[in-house]
Amino acid sequence: MNEVWLLASMAIATMATRIPVLVALSRRTLPEGVERALRYVPPAVLSAIILPIVVLREGELNLVTNNAMLPASLIAILISWRTKNLLLTIVVGMTAFLVWRMIF
Amino acid sequence: MPSSPTTQPSSARTHFWQGAKDTFPLLVGALPFGLIYGALGIASGLSPAATAAMSLVVFAGSAQFIAVSLIAAQTPAVVIALTTFVVNARHILYSATLAPQLKGLSTGWLVPLGFWLTDESFVVAVKGFEERNQLEERKWYLLGSELAMYTNWFAATGLGILAGQAIDDPGSWGLDFALVVTFIGMLVPMVKGRPELLAVLVSGVTAVLGYGLPHRAGLLLAAVLGVLSGVLAERAWPRSKAGTP
Repeated sequence: MNEVWLLASMAIATMATRIPVLVALSRRTLPEGVERALRYVPPAVLSAIILPIVVLREGELNLVTNNAMLPASLIAILISWRTKNLLLTIVVGMTAFLVWRMIF
Repeated sequence: MPSSPTTQPSSARTHFWQGAKDTFPLLVGALPFGLIYGALGIASGLSPAATAAMSLVVFAGSAQFIAVSLIAAQTPAVVIALTTFVVNARHILYSATLAPQLKGLSTGWLVPLGFWLTDESFVVAVKGFEERNQLEERKWYLLGSELAMYTNWFAATGLGILAGQAIDDPGSWGLDFALVVTFIGMLVPMVKGRPELLAVLVSGVTAVLGYGLPHRAGLLLAAVLGVLSGVLAERAWPRSKAGTP
């Protein structure tokens, strides 16, 4: 595979999603309804990224005790909800994950 | 303290470093992810130089992960580029969200700010912009966050490339959970009311059900349905004027 061509095409494909809309839309005012809808983008996208990683394994539901991501995610959600502390959530969540994996 | 034109340079520096500082917890979460990417890049047959260069010119974690798995499966470059576009399509929504808040900024600023835009810096900016209404403050704040992510990602990739030449199966460590737990820590504080909760649930479940769709199109479908249900829920359960907790 030609690595230069691969990198160039991937770079262009990525920039196409990041730059043109930012430049174009910063020149005009969006309708208020659109701006309100866009506020749901961050939570919706994050959820769509996380949930399949946690509950699926090779495309199949994986709701068993040796899936350490399940209990560790629940603990992380609890810590984040109670403390809103990102670093603490990461440290406790990772620890829970590694400990659970050692046990099961 | 009243702001005057003479305080501009130090103010730029202050906001730049505050942006970097607010991004710090996310750097911790992205570091193992970058490490694994570097190691998997080597394992896929990509040269060390190309593995490192991808982190500099593409700079998109999940797309880079998918790309190296496609490279390992001998996928043509055109297909990899198209997949990259679809996986990164969520950035279109991010830039549409940030654009009105950066209204009036020159193209010379918008292009680099767009180039370095990631999930993490987007979320940091959404929160940081609430406390900053000056364009001047916002651009330095976002740039600080983005450059912190960029430096961290490149350093992590480098370490991963070194590790990749020494370790057999880097994917089996379970370090990919670092990304999940980071995103959970970002997501939970965003759920400020029932409309957000519904958006999160609809989007998550759709992403799971649509996981088998080609080019990870399920991710985009999930985001769109999540946003829609949030908007509809907001209409059904109007927020109080005082603001929800």
